[in-house]
Amino acid sequence: MAILGIALYLAVLIGIAVPLGVYIHQALEGKLRWLGPLERLLLRAIGPASDGEQTWRQYWRSFIIFNAVGMLLTYAILRLQPYLPLREGVGLHPSAQGPLLAFNTAVSFITNTNWQNYSGETLTYFAQLALMVLQFLSPALGLVIAIVFFRALVGRRETLGNFFRDLVRCIVYIFLPLATIAAVVLLALGLPDTFAGPAIAHTLSGALQQIDRGPIAAWVAIEQLGTNGGGFFNANAADPLINPSPATNIIEILLMSILSTSLVFTFGRYAKSRKQAWVLAGVTLCLYAAGIAVVYGAMEYGNPILHGVLGISAKSMEGLEVRNGVGDTALYATATTAYTTGSVNAMMDSLPPLAGGLPLLFMMLNTVFGGKGAGMLNILMFVIITVFVAGLMVGRTPEFLGKKIERREITLATVAMLIHPILILAPTAFSLVHKIGASSILNTGLHGITEVVYAFTSAAANNGSAFAGLNGNTPFYNLSLGLVMLIGRYLSMAAMLALAGSLARKRIIPATEGTLRTDTWSFGWVYLFVVLIVGALTFFPALSLGPIAEHLVMAGGAGR
Amino acid sequence: MSVAANLWASVRGYVVLALLCGGIYSLVVWGVAQGFFSATANGSLIVQHGQVIGSRWIEQGWSGPEWFHGRPSATTPTPYNAANSGATNLGPTNPALIKEVEDNLSQYTHEGIAAADVPPDLVESSGSGLDPFISPASALVQVPIVAQARHLPPAQLRALVARYTQKAWLGMYGAPGVNVLQLNLALGRLVSGG
Repeated sequence: MAILGIALYLAVLIGIAVPLGVYIHQALEGKLRWLGPLERLLLRAIGPASDGEQTWRQYWRSFIIFNAVGMLLTYAILRLQPYLPLREGVGLHPSAQGPLLAFNTAVSFITNTNWQNYSGETLTYFAQLALMVLQFLSPALGLVIAIVFFRALVGRRETLGNFFRDLVRCIVYIFLPLATIAAVVLLALGLPDTFAGPAIAHTLSGALQQIDRGPIAAWVAIEQLGTNGGGFFNANAADPLINPSPATNIIEILLMSILSTSLVFTFGRYAKSRKQAWVLAGVTLCLYAAGIAVVYGAMEYGNPILHGVLGISAKSMEGLEVRNGVGDTALYATATTAYTTGSVNAMMDSLPPLAGGLPLLFMMLNTVFGGKGAGMLNILMFVIITVFVAGLMVGRTPEFLGKKIERREITLATVAMLIHPILILAPTAFSLVHKIGASSILNTGLHGITEVVYAFTSAAANNGSAFAGLNGNTPFYNLSLGLVMLIGRYLSMAAMLALAGSLARKRIIPATEGTLRTDTWSFGWVYLFVVLIVGALTFFPALSLGPIAEHLVMAGGAGR
Repeated sequence: MSVAANLWASVRGYVVLALLCGGIYSLVVWGVAQGFFSATANGSLIVQHGQVIGSRWIEQGWSGPEWFHGRPSATTPTPYNAANSGATNLGPTNPALIKEVEDNLSQYTHEGIAAADVPPDLVESSGSGLDPFISPASALVQVPIVAQARHLPPAQLRALVARYTQKAWLGMYGAPGVNVLQLNLALGRLVSGG
């Protein structure tokens, strides 16, 4: 029955994504009026900077300065939380985050990663709200860059929009209304939302139990919708107050997948080609479904060592919650890495090796829909590389949507593509051989390799989920993961924005008989294989040392 | 536009957007929560004789054979710490995992239950350390122990378990579970004749 549920979820996802994709296009192109007064109020508050059009360089400058401001102010709040209001969240004596931890946290939330080297229970409500602000802003900041890229691909132009106007439209028309609706749905399904501080219970066995609470429904709504993924509490969506029932579980999965899926159809709208959107969405959906099947299969296979040694059933429940069931835990783990959300409803570190390994692969590929905007940029980056590769194979000039792909474009796309594996593999290699990194490993051996690879992959992909056994709150990991998150986010975005600037100036060549069409299913499959081959060639050694080897050890150990 | 102009616009933009997203949005959701869903919005607390005895969603830990037990908890510094949720994070091939499960299992094998009959969720730690549910099989396997300690007919307890078993949502989502706190509260009422 779980399989039927997953199929229904995928159908509902596509059913909502198609019209929502159109809605996003309308919102960003100023065709929506229903929140006009709020939009105008915000634009007036920002001032003259929100008027007029910007070239890609001007757009990037505004973008990067806004990101820096958001990050620094959040850093300050995390450092100053003992002196700020709303301290009820953590009792009377909250402590400030240290400089490196606060750096890691602020970077993590502005880059849409939400990697957490702290546990949510240690923050005041004020600090949590400051992070929630970034949960609104960071997905919008990703989304606007993708929109700029779309604009550059269609039509010949010098300017690509106005950063502040795009940002305000994203918040006002997309994130704010959708998060409000989502929060009310979650409230109706039993999530708490209070500023009353912890409750004290006198349990039936005569103990005192402190139950931490907070504005959880408001947080979870935007956490999921914005593919943020940071947990209000340490256990994230495994925590029963964050995700109390199978209903909230599937809705939280839907929330995190909806906008990034829609964005493919928004692209189709910009490109004036519904077929192009369906081809890209279709092949990505196949990859996503295959991933769900692998994780589900691995979890059903379970842990034969426990069966072999102890005689209990092999179906591992370590780190899982009963109410979510195996099927929807598999779906969650796949969705949270496909969409680079990073929230978890089970502890990834304790899942069977392949059930933790496939999510790792999805973060390495970074193109299975992906996070807000960033995912779509990666998809288009691979489309450009595919156009180039396919063009070489059949001997045609590579072009995409009538724009010629030339030396500058392919160079920038390749730079954007190479950042990801370098950011993952280089620091992983260092951390595994030096005790400064290796001493943080909880599960030694093959599994420990996966813990470290997973951490840097999660940071580079701006995902935020973790093999949480790894102790990340050390100066080394706070700094290194922080830097990987920053470079992973901004360097690839800069390359893609420069690519957009270069494409925007090109005139559109009308399609002829000789044009290599990109809106066909055969192109879609070639694209998928390019993604898989590049991913496999780059990451197979790391995957085979980690999850694949551990799976073989586990399967072999069953007969002991 | 100069860097200074961008900076000034960014600061103003951050402040108004923070007021909107962190302030007004969270106040509106809080207002709806307290206005329409006040029982669940405050943590689904269960009150008995004027005293909060727990939350419907939070496992609290049980000792002795007269209660149904929940899943093992790995929260620190004490188990079932609802102020610091968390898991063991032990990997599948870690010998420490086998040790942990073996320890938890001995509690049931000492009562004469075969290891093969103990469902994994009862002896393997949950993700949050606060999982309020156990599988129906995990409740049923405890029936003989509780029945003996309480001098109650097992059939009556099995009926109780069946009554408190929550099915998968729409028959498709999640897995059936028994809320341990609600089951034990019902057990308490059964004994006191209430």
